[in-house]
Amino acid sequence: MGKVTRIVLGLGVVAVVAAGVFYLSLPGLLPASPDAKAPDATTQVITTGEYLARAGDCVACHTHPGGKEFAGGRAMPTPFGALYVPNITPDEETGIGAWTADEFYRMMHTGVSRDGTLLYPAMPFASYTKVTRADSDAIYAYLMSVPPVKQKNRPHELRFPFNKRELLVGWRTLYFTQGEFKPDPAQTEQWNRGAYLVQGLGHCAMCHTAVNALGGSSEAAAFEGGMIPNQNWYAPSLTSNREAGLGNWSLQDIKDLLQTGVSHRSTVYGPMAEVTYNSLQYMSDADVEAMAVYLKALPQRDSEAPPTSQARLVSPNVMELGRRTYEKQCAVCHGEEGKGFPPSLPPLAGNQSITMASPVNSIRMVLNGGYPPGTKKNPRPHGMPPFSHILNDDEAAAVVTYIRVAWENSGTPVEPRQVNELRKLLPE
Amino acid sequence: MKTWRQWAVAGMVCTSVCASAQDHAVPAFKTLDSMEARVQGCVTCHGQSGQGTTNGYFPRIAGKPAGYLFNQLVAFRDGTRRYAPMNYLVAYLPDPYLKEMAEHFAKQNPPFAVQESPAIDPTILARGQQLASTGDPKKGVPACISCHGASLTGMTPGIPGLVGLRAAYVAAQLTRWRVGERHAMEPDCMKRVATKLDDTDIAAVSAWLARQPAPKDPAPESANLVRMPFACGSQR
Repeated sequence: MGKVTRIVLGLGVVAVVAAGVFYLSLPGLLPASPDAKAPDATTQVITTGEYLARAGDCVACHTHPGGKEFAGGRAMPTPFGALYVPNITPDEETGIGAWTADEFYRMMHTGVSRDGTLLYPAMPFASYTKVTRADSDAIYAYLMSVPPVKQKNRPHELRFPFNKRELLVGWRTLYFTQGEFKPDPAQTEQWNRGAYLVQGLGHCAMCHTAVNALGGSSEAAAFEGGMIPNQNWYAPSLTSNREAGLGNWSLQDIKDLLQTGVSHRSTVYGPMAEVTYNSLQYMSDADVEAMAVYLKALPQRDSEAPPTSQARLVSPNVMELGRRTYEKQCAVCHGEEGKGFPPSLPPLAGNQSITMASPVNSIRMVLNGGYPPGTKKNPRPHGMPPFSHILNDDEAAAVVTYIRVAWENSGTPVEPRQVNELRKLLPE
Repeated sequence: MKTWRQWAVAGMVCTSVCASAQDHAVPAFKTLDSMEARVQGCVTCHGQSGQGTTNGYFPRIAGKPAGYLFNQLVAFRDGTRRYAPMNYLVAYLPDPYLKEMAEHFAKQNPPFAVQESPAIDPTILARGQQLASTGDPKKGVPACISCHGASLTGMTPGIPGLVGLRAAYVAAQLTRWRVGERHAMEPDCMKRVATKLDDTDIAAVSAWLARQPAPKDPAPESANLVRMPFACGSQR
């Protein structure tokens, strides 16, 4: 070997070693160590539990706005007085740190607390009873892993007789059926997964099934919609294509609405924006698709002929006032023909949430405006401004009437009195 | 010669353009994928450029330091500053987006509205001017300008301008601070100021502030120029 060749080879070796050292010293570029393992069983269970706790939206109720996660204390107004949500951090004294997985499952499955007291049904145990033991254990493992917070539970402030927990025995007889989710073998695995999430952790029926004077909801009326007590938003029926029934939606639009908060058909606001923000945006694409498949299959109650436009019921003066108001304030975003610029700005023509029997949500949107939730897939949503200080009752009623009957929309007219009633409420 | 149809189109264009020139509170935007379009949720109250609207309580937000606007948006979202219409609107918006909204309005520089000048007892205005420009050492009240800037345009990153606000808005905020309804980050310097003021002081300083003319330079002062009389959490 010639001298020159040896020098060249020597330099080459130095260069390769130097490059290797440089490469290895770059942060984050170290080659995977051969004994790196998949996450251990504990990590896997806790990670699964965190995901399932998101699916159940535990954080939304069990966290005081601006307070520590899961430490409770949030007031939940009900028609019977205020409930204060308990601390579910693993603090042994004030939280659930002393609970066992068995006790946690009994609570989820039967609505009976560790000390034997009956839970108020604001805790959605009527839905959570469908959760499997394995999933309950994972949620338990996750809750045990979060930082414990010492914060005493605040006693509920319920009126007599609702402050008597013994009454819950009667409520449970009427409205509670205990039992884990039973897959329907006639349906696909995907449909069953969707049904499990919607009926169980998703606890969709808490809002989308009408609540009666006793604070109960009947299984026969499941997902048929109703006013959400104390929030004054209408949770539309999921079983009617006239409301939020998704029978004639594409799967993609359903998935977008749930997970992204906006779609080409409609947009979520109010209490549903909260659900997308805290829960659904974190669901995996596969789980959202399964929920969409199940929800799309729900509607079954549209035997009557489709309604036609009710424009003939509206006096020409009201229609003209509505049209002028629409042109001045609304058309820039929703278009002269109500087509919007979906998914950024929702369409109004053919939008079921505009034409459904209850006009409450449309009136509230005109009065208070709203932003869809900022989600991973839509972090910068477009927002609608409030018009409560710009439109009087007549103008607001006329413009809501207009969007409910124009463009072949099949809604019914709205009275100024209905606007006035909702105007008295604070936005929420 | 123009046909009636062309005249009609010209008339419609004028109706929309001319109306928006007069009325800054009507929704309007040029490009869908823009911040201008995204903040249309704000405009019926705060105006297209954040200049405030001609009637009512809603404050000017244009040109206030981005840090101040961001802190307010977060406080409204988390419920630590309470005003139901705002709490509702921003309830489900993430930090980076609120920051972008704050920066959008901090960059705006629309003309100031004509200042209020209702007839007010000169001794009240004199008291207002004293509080704003020199403070009241006997009560331990620092001058507004010692933190809010010599020309009342605020100070980066977290102190708002006071010029261009209505008396009703300023008085309401001072009162809310005094009774503990409004807070800022600890140490809450504004609470220390507001609890030293009585109703007369608040009425006087609000009335005087609302009369101040538009500043020559609307930009907030730099935080490095002055030493502040009280430590403020929002300046850290």
